[in-house]
Amino acid sequence: MSATPHSMVMLRRNFKHIARNPTSVFNAVLMPIVILLLFVYVYGDAFNVGVDYIDYATPGLILLAVCYGLGATATAVNSDMTKGIINRFKVMDVSRGAVLTGHVVASVLTNVVAIAALIGVAFLLGFSVSASFLDWLGVVGLVVLLGFATGWLTVALGLAAKSPETAGLAAVPLVMLPFFSSAIVPAEKMGPGVRQFAEYQPFTPIIESLRGFLTGAAATTDVIVAVAWCVAIALVGYLWASSTFKKRA
Amino acid sequence: MTGSAIAASGLRKAFGDKIVLDGIDLDVRAGTVFSLLGPNGAGKTTTVNVLTTLMKADGGTARVAGHDVSTETKAVRAAIGVTGQFAAVDELLTGQENLQLMADLNRLDSAEGRRVVTELLERFDLVDSAQKLVATYSGGMRRKLDLAMTLVGNPQIIFLDEPTTGLDPRSRRIMWEIIRKLVADGVTIFLTTQYLDEADQLADRIAVLDQGHLVAQGTPDDLKHQVPGTHVRLRFATVPELDAAARVLTDSTRDDEALTLRVPSDGGTTSLRALLDRLDEHSITAEEFSVHTPELDDVFLALTGRPTEVAAR
Repeated sequence: MSATPHSMVMLRRNFKHIARNPTSVFNAVLMPIVILLLFVYVYGDAFNVGVDYIDYATPGLILLAVCYGLGATATAVNSDMTKGIINRFKVMDVSRGAVLTGHVVASVLTNVVAIAALIGVAFLLGFSVSASFLDWLGVVGLVVLLGFATGWLTVALGLAAKSPETAGLAAVPLVMLPFFSSAIVPAEKMGPGVRQFAEYQPFTPIIESLRGFLTGAAATTDVIVAVAWCVAIALVGYLWASSTFKKRA
Repeated sequence: MTGSAIAASGLRKAFGDKIVLDGIDLDVRAGTVFSLLGPNGAGKTTTVNVLTTLMKADGGTARVAGHDVSTETKAVRAAIGVTGQFAAVDELLTGQENLQLMADLNRLDSAEGRRVVTELLERFDLVDSAQKLVATYSGGMRRKLDLAMTLVGNPQIIFLDEPTTGLDPRSRRIMWEIIRKLVADGVTIFLTTQYLDEADQLADRIAVLDQGHLVAQGTPDDLKHQVPGTHVRLRFATVPELDAAARVLTDSTRDDEALTLRVPSDGGTTSLRALLDRLDEHSITAEEFSVHTPELDDVFLALTGRPTEVAAR
C-alpha cells in the first residue's frame, strides 16, 4: 500500500484551493504591503515615534499580515462545513485532526509567505534591523506560533458560523485588533480607555517582542507574555474547533 | 436469504424543545430500495444523520450493516456511502480531482485509484468535463459527481438524501437510471424524497414521515390504495350543466362551489375517450378538463388529514 496519510491529502487540497483563489492571496499577501506603503509614505511623517517610522511600523504590520489572512481561512472552513464536505469526510472516517490541521497549516504557510513579502518590501523602503541569527529565529518562531494560535481560533469561528458570509464577518475583530494595539502608533499616544485596552490586549506584547527581536533587544517579560497569550489562544481555538467539529452535522 | 441492512427501533431526537424524531422504527432488507417520504422539516435528514453516525440519537437503537451506529461508528462508516442533500463537491477542484481526492482518502493505491476514477467518469458520463473546475458544473452534473464520489469507496449501503431535489426532469431521470443500476449490482439504497413519484419509481418499500412520526409504511401499491387515485376533473360553466353531468357520471364526486366533478379514472386514453364519448352522447360540454395523479399532497391529506404545507411548519 502506497497510501498517502489523510493529513497530507487534506493539505494538498488546501494548497490547491489557495492557488485557485487569487482573491484570498491578494488579501493575505498584497493588502499588508499596501497598508505598509500607505502608513509609511502617506501618514508616516505625521507620527512621531522616536525612531524611523518604517522601523517602528514593520513589526506591527507583520502582525497585521498574520491577521489579514484569517478572513479567507474562516470562509474556507465554513464553506466546507455548510456545503456538506466535512460531513462527507466524517463519514469516510477522515479524522478531525486531518481536516482541521490542513486548514491551519495552509493558513500558517500563507502567513509566512505574506510576511516574507512584507519584510522584503520593508527592506526596499529602508527598514533597518540589528537582529542576530537567534533574534531572527525568535521572530520566525513567534510568527509561526501566532499563526497557529489565530489559525485554530479562526477555524473554530469558521466551523461555528452559520454561513461563509458570517464566518468572514466573525474574523473581522481579529483583523481589526492590531489597529488597537501598538502596531501602528505607541499605546501611550492613544486616548484614555483605548490606551488601557491597547496596553493589555494580547497583540501588544507580541508586537513589542517582535520589535525587541528586530532591534536585538528583546525584553524577556514581553516574550513570556506573548508566548503565553499565543498558547492560550491556540488552546481555546483548538478545543472550541474540536468540539464544534464533533457536534455539528 | 437476505438480512437487514438497516434496522432501527424507537429512534428519538430533539433539538432543544423541538422534537424532530419521535420513535422511528425501520427495517430495510439488504439489496432493496427503501424510501423515506416526507415534506421539508419532517425529519428525513435527521434520520439520515443518525443512521450515518453524523448525529447521536437521544434514544432508541439503530444497526447499519449489522453494527450499532452509536458504538461501532468505524465499522458502520466502512460499510456506507452518503450523498447529502446538497452536492458535497469541492468547487475549486476539477471533477477528476474530486474523485481522486476520494480515492486517496479511501487509501486506494495509485494504479487502483486511477482505474476507479476513470471508470466512474465514464460511467457517469463526466469524461468531457473531467478537467474543468466543478464551479462550472450544472446542478445535474454536481449531483452525478457527488454520487460518483460516494461510490469510490464501494459501499454496500448508500444513503441518498433528496438526490433529485432541484434537478430538471431530464437530470432526474438520469439519476433514477443510475440508482436502478446500483440496486441491480446488489447495493442497498436508503432514499429520502419529497416526491411520491420518485419513491414509486424506485422503492421496494416506502415509509411516510410526518413531524417525526412514521404515519404509514408499505410497498408503493399499499400506499396508493390509501390515497385517492388518479382522477379526471371536469369544470362546468353553470349549475344545470354540473347537475346533468353528475346524473350521467354516477361514480363522480361533485364540488358545487368550484362547479367541478371528480371522476375516478386510470388516466389511460381508452378510458378518457369513453368518458368524453359519454359526455358527448348527452350533449354536455365541460369548460375545462384535466387529469390528476396522486401527489405527496394527496398522500398527506389522506394519511394525516392535513396538507403538506401545514406539516412542514
